[in-house]
Amino acid sequence: MTSEIDLSCRNINKTFDDFIAVRDVSFEIPRGSFFSILGPSGCGKTTLLRMLAGFLEPSSGDITIKGRSMLGIPPNKRPVNMVFQHLALFPMMTVAENIAYGLRRRKEKPAEIKRKVADALERVGLPGVGDRAISQLSGGQKQRIAIARCLVLEPDVLLLDEPLGALDLKLREHMKVELKKLQQAFGTTFIYITHDQSEAMVMSDNVAVMNSGRFEQVGSPQDLYYNPSTAFVAGFVGESNRFSGTVVSRAGNIVEVKTECGQHLHASERVDLNLASGQKVELFVRPEMIHLSREPQQSTDNSMTGQVENILFDGGNSRLLIRETSSGSEIQVVHPQTSEFSDINKGDTLFLSWKADQSHVFLDTNERGEA
Amino acid sequence: MRTLTGKRLALFLLLTPLLLYLFLLILLPHLEILNISLRERVSYGVYKFSLASYQEFFSEPLYWLTFLRTAVMSVLTTGITLVIAFPVAWYIAKVARGRSKSVLFLACLIPFWVSELVRTYGWMILLRETGIVSNLLQFIGVVDGPVELLYNDVTVMVGLVYTSMLFMVVPLVSTLEGLDDSMVEAAYDLGGNGWNALKEVVIPYAMPGIVSGCIVVFMLTLGNYLTPTLLGGKDSLWFTEQIFTQFITRFNWEQGSAFGILLLTLSSLMVWLGLKLSRQSFSETVGR
Repeated sequence: MTSEIDLSCRNINKTFDDFIAVRDVSFEIPRGSFFSILGPSGCGKTTLLRMLAGFLEPSSGDITIKGRSMLGIPPNKRPVNMVFQHLALFPMMTVAENIAYGLRRRKEKPAEIKRKVADALERVGLPGVGDRAISQLSGGQKQRIAIARCLVLEPDVLLLDEPLGALDLKLREHMKVELKKLQQAFGTTFIYITHDQSEAMVMSDNVAVMNSGRFEQVGSPQDLYYNPSTAFVAGFVGESNRFSGTVVSRAGNIVEVKTECGQHLHASERVDLNLASGQKVELFVRPEMIHLSREPQQSTDNSMTGQVENILFDGGNSRLLIRETSSGSEIQVVHPQTSEFSDINKGDTLFLSWKADQSHVFLDTNERGEA
Repeated sequence: MRTLTGKRLALFLLLTPLLLYLFLLILLPHLEILNISLRERVSYGVYKFSLASYQEFFSEPLYWLTFLRTAVMSVLTTGITLVIAFPVAWYIAKVARGRSKSVLFLACLIPFWVSELVRTYGWMILLRETGIVSNLLQFIGVVDGPVELLYNDVTVMVGLVYTSMLFMVVPLVSTLEGLDDSMVEAAYDLGGNGWNALKEVVIPYAMPGIVSGCIVVFMLTLGNYLTPTLLGGKDSLWFTEQIFTQFITRFNWEQGSAFGILLLTLSSLMVWLGLKLSRQSFSETVGR
């Protein structure tokens, strides 16, 4: 991967009447990388994508692709192509005609078009389907044809607007891997927008988490997961147990928080927030960070005792719902499918513990995005 | 023999009115018309098989020229109606939203609350020599004397297009509504301009609606009697007038029947040709 920048946005804003859809978004995407924009519906990610494609003009700010400003350039003149949410394949054309559409617009020679179409079909792993009608393809095949239709034009950037949303779960899992492979094979810069955090995490080199028009955090999937920089990211990316409370005291970067239910918890302040006593905060602990045991634990930052209230079996992804004995709050913990915990029953008493730096603490915000 | 029970019986009972209607009011009269057209009166109450009526049609230029003229003008009317109705349908289906959409649709329908006869007289009130348009033109000084705007081909065409609009707009709106906006956006995104998007994506997509609208409008125009007669006057030379004349004025039922059969043949042939050229099938277009 080269460090050359394919697409950069500087201070993009978009307002519709008095509604601000995108606020002051800036980012840069290196050539050949897979960049995802992750956010709940209505966060402005589609608006941002449509500005990149050229269907909308930003109210202010600049978009440059390979150093060239895209302001005022219509969608049909931009070196950018888009895979639409419902794919928008042309039903009255065959597969080959669909792929050839863009090439014909460029007035390429028929022989050249034929070669490129065959080549594109080969590369998406569907050789020989050129003569079929769109309605004869399966969901996953349509997906790949929609991508081939764009990639055959060799765009600098490919935009994907939640194209996996309409597929069933099994196929979606499969297509995630497929998309990532296609991106690596073509080496094209992909910008993928989704509300599904697993899609974004699995495929992307970098993910931007978007909320009410802003980029909350941009980073690698690991970064977002382990080092969220805002409460929204901590809550939206991955699953978390959330506690609301107030700061009681702090020692170094360890903050002691008294939750609304009366528990005292310790968390390390990762992002420099200068939390002080009395401030309202939110504390996040991931279900897999919590250590389970049948015996009381000694000297940990946080420890709790609780009864198993429910077992949410989901194979390797199983969870235990534990009701804390003293405060009555509910905590989700990963249920390890090991011999030690495989015979857990409802009502069993378990001891929970985690270290301060395995949880995150943020100032309480009004924006509550549920994961 | 199998007995009719349950569902099958219900199906036949439900179909009976339709089958009776088709047989008694459509098929039977046409068979009789065909029969009449193929005979010649020898003396009182005595007829023999003959193709004389058809021979008469081809040997008398007035007849076949009127026939041809009617066909050409009907095709023209259909084409003009399509060109005018397409943007209207596009606006109703794709641009208008919510309330204004239903209001616009209603606006297309409202003229049909008035009988065709009254509507046509409305046109005459506007366009005759002493009519509103003529007076207005004189008042603003464009013309010196009264102008007669009735009784010419343009007026007939205007009247026919006006009568046909709704039958073109409705099928167009219903097909265009099914067109996903992102398909047009995709056409742009992949490098097309407005013309490409229209030619390669919108029109092929709307083809079933276009063909079904054209078939209906063509058939209605070809068989229209009132509009050409009233707006075109004596010179309109519409083929339905010839049929009327043969049946009512000349009392020559044999000739009138032959004309009727010829008109039916013409419209069937044109529809078939239209479907072949647009590569659509009857069931995909009108049958939807």
